Amino acid sequence: MNSIQDKRQEYRSLFKQNVAKRLLVDKAVGIIVFSCVIIAIIPLGSILVEVFKNGLTAISIEFLTETPGSAGSGEGGIGPAIQGTLIVIGLSSMIGVPIGVMSGIFLSEYGDNVLARFIRFFNDVFMEFPSIILGIFAFLVIVLVLGHFSVWAGAFALSLIMFPIVARTTEESLKMVPMTYREAGTALGLKKWVITFRIVISAAKSGMVTGILLSVSRIGGETAPLIMTILGSSQFFSSMDTPMDALPLRIWRLSLLPYDSAQLQGWGAALVLIMIILGINLGIKYYFMNKKNGFFGQLIKQRRNDIK
Amino acid sequence: MLFLHQKTVDKVNLNLKKRRVISDKVFKIGATVAGTYVLVIVVLMAFQLVSESYPIWEEEGLSFITKTDWNAVEDRESFGALPYILGTLTTSAIAMMIGVPLSIGIAMFISDAPSKIGAPLGFLVELLAAVPSVIYGLWGLFVFRVYFRDWIETPLHNAFGDNVWLFSGNPYGLDILTASVILAIMIIPTVSAVSREIMKAVPQQQKEAAYMLGATKWEMFKLAIFPYSKTGLIGASILGLGRAVGETMAVTMLIGNATGIGAIPSSLFGPSQTMSSIIANEFVEASPASIHMPALIGVGLILLLIAIVINVVAHLLVTRMLKIKEGAINN
Amino acid sequence: MTALTTKPTSMEAHPFASPEHSSTVDTKYKMIAENVTVSYGGIDAVKNVTMKFKEKSVTALIGPSGCGKTTFLRCLNRMHDMTKNAKVTGKVMIDDIDLYSKEIDPIYHRRKVGMVFQKPNPFPTMSIYDNVTAGLRLNGVRDKKILDEIVEDSLKMAYLWDEVKNDLKKSAIELSGGQQQRLCIARALAIQPEVLLMDEPASALDPIATQKIEETIIELKNDYTIIIVTHNMQQAIRVSDYTGFMYLGDLIEFRETKKLFTDPKDELTAKYVQGHFG
Repeated sequence: MNSIQDKRQEYRSLFKQNVAKRLLVDKAVGIIVFSCVIIAIIPLGSILVEVFKNGLTAISIEFLTETPGSAGSGEGGIGPAIQGTLIVIGLSSMIGVPIGVMSGIFLSEYGDNVLARFIRFFNDVFMEFPSIILGIFAFLVIVLVLGHFSVWAGAFALSLIMFPIVARTTEESLKMVPMTYREAGTALGLKKWVITFRIVISAAKSGMVTGILLSVSRIGGETAPLIMTILGSSQFFSSMDTPMDALPLRIWRLSLLPYDSAQLQGWGAALVLIMIILGINLGIKYYFMNKKNGFFGQLIKQRRNDIK
Repeated sequence: MLFLHQKTVDKVNLNLKKRRVISDKVFKIGATVAGTYVLVIVVLMAFQLVSESYPIWEEEGLSFITKTDWNAVEDRESFGALPYILGTLTTSAIAMMIGVPLSIGIAMFISDAPSKIGAPLGFLVELLAAVPSVIYGLWGLFVFRVYFRDWIETPLHNAFGDNVWLFSGNPYGLDILTASVILAIMIIPTVSAVSREIMKAVPQQQKEAAYMLGATKWEMFKLAIFPYSKTGLIGASILGLGRAVGETMAVTMLIGNATGIGAIPSSLFGPSQTMSSIIANEFVEASPASIHMPALIGVGLILLLIAIVINVVAHLLVTRMLKIKEGAINN
Repeated sequence: MTALTTKPTSMEAHPFASPEHSSTVDTKYKMIAENVTVSYGGIDAVKNVTMKFKEKSVTALIGPSGCGKTTFLRCLNRMHDMTKNAKVTGKVMIDDIDLYSKEIDPIYHRRKVGMVFQKPNPFPTMSIYDNVTAGLRLNGVRDKKILDEIVEDSLKMAYLWDEVKNDLKKSAIELSGGQQQRLCIARALAIQPEVLLMDEPASALDPIATQKIEETIIELKNDYTIIIVTHNMQQAIRVSDYTGFMYLGDLIEFRETKKLFTDPKDELTAKYVQGHFG
């Protein structure tokens, strides 16, 4: 018996007294990974600070509403760019959201077959297409065909970015609605499309809205697809068949000018763009917070009770 | 709960069968059409890109991929995509070398930290993804570049420029390294978020086994988390590569915009051009009469193919990893 | 429920702190848990439990689901450090050193307490050999000869050596469930612990594998202090010297196994042991 104990002791004595060192290494790693987080957040902080600091000095009513002055004069503003961004986001949503939502409904409600798997795969792959290629595509099928730059082309290009995102978030939101909701609808004799729209979607509404808003905020900042579709302009919107400005385009073009005043206007435009995007993102958070307790949340609860 | 008399149930079922309702049929068709929209678009896009770039393939053949000319002057037109392919691959590779370790460190920190600290920090890192590319470019151009050039590039150039070819170019700030660093920052949200999911997927029992042996936190990562999630982490990194490859505006504004032979990556401090940036810079200037535009579209086609391959590989690795988590490892 | 209506403040007065036994020899306790309380978010899963574990014995912890036996077991090697929201108070002493003392980092002493979990959890990317040596390599043992020796020693103690000795480089997950669990036992034994904690080690295994595990436990008793959580009362009777019965976080009764099962003092214990509830 003793020899076994001795053997154990002997083995134990082989263990190096390295715990202190190991704890030190562990602490060092802890510091390193924390610094990784800091290193990542510093640029975010710097970007926000610089955009606000520099952009604020450019902002004025004139800046927000006037057309650009001559290059380097420091006069004028980004009125057409703001208008253009809003127009192109709106149009793009009108195209992309319905397609995305119906796609999401297809994948969720009719999605148990090979075709749906195929589509889901293509959807995921398509989502990763570089946006400038989408711009080329819109150029080829619309601008070339029409013979001129067109707002439709820009809206179409952006809608191509939107719809896969909306399809995916819609599908996920719908899938989270329990089957019992649908079964209850069927038992009541409701048609499938009625069930889907009035029961399932209202339960999935917040998830779907979040997805849509996220995709809107994403396309608001897109520049590349707009370069060869709406081109950019110094005038306010006049028709669908002429070039139009947009915030990202204006920022880019201003950054290429060698004048300090242009640089300042660029910061101002960037500030406006960031505000729009942040506004949408924070709006989503606010919507979420109110989901359970707010007006919409109560509506959803009421609907669920009605079904029961 | 619904309580229905059997007769009513039968009646409803009968009604349902009678009207395999037209409106439902229409709904199904509509949904299916919407679903197939993406297939139509992809096919159409492939067709358009190939056919519109055909002139350059006809003119240069496959050597378009290996040539380095870039001459749009009439009568002497000659185009080659190689410099831009190299530019894309170089900047993306450097971006990965910088961004992936940072992302994994971030994922390690956040996956292990208590949620009071982890959640807000994770949110901030994800906010990086909400900043538009053009604003990264703006900030990079007027803020980052200045400091980077003065504090890092110039000292490196002065110290090692003669000996190390990497540092030999004259650091003006609009170069491969600057563009790559900004690119690294831009891929961090994606890579760290996916890595975090992958690490969370490691079963608790694995971590407990390591812990039981007396492992420190770092040792637990080495024993239980990294071996288990290796495949997924590689997939996350390749996902970041896919992002980097497709990135346009920030790179365009920071890479120095060289063309032709001058765009071939030679030193970290030298200007270059990527596939997406050459398109952004020259597309609207290209004369429709020449093969300049087909050349640019050809570059776009190459870019698209590279992006697709990278992203498909990444998705396979990541989903394989997450599927393994659902199925049991033990028998 | 009789339970403990008053909580004694000193350990000596605690009626169930040490298992009652007839011997008058001054027995050595390898591990002593004193006033251990575990609470999750305000709810106490383990309520002020005090137990003394004799060295080279097997103590079984039994009780219905949710009684806190596994939670208590995991206190004994500070496994709850990993759980968010878990608050542990009390002392756990190994050889007069309190694992929960603020002065020492638990890493120093966690090595003394090995653990085997409910479902076998070998490291899936490692071979059998590497699984066993995992803890050794953490502790700086590099010498291949020593590692080989300890691997053989540990696998033999776990009754696995004969089955795998020719193929130690095989991946751990290619083994059957029962073999994987014995591998986990070997892995825990390799770091030469003094106490072995086992959380329902055979519950995921078939009867033959279970029998092998139980044989292993009985053999190991000669060298180790073992504390085993089990929901299988026959298993407790077969392998353990002492048994503690827990209910809703309280330690109801803690005596020699034979006595607890044949002549339980507490009404609740009697009911459980007779199978009136589970």
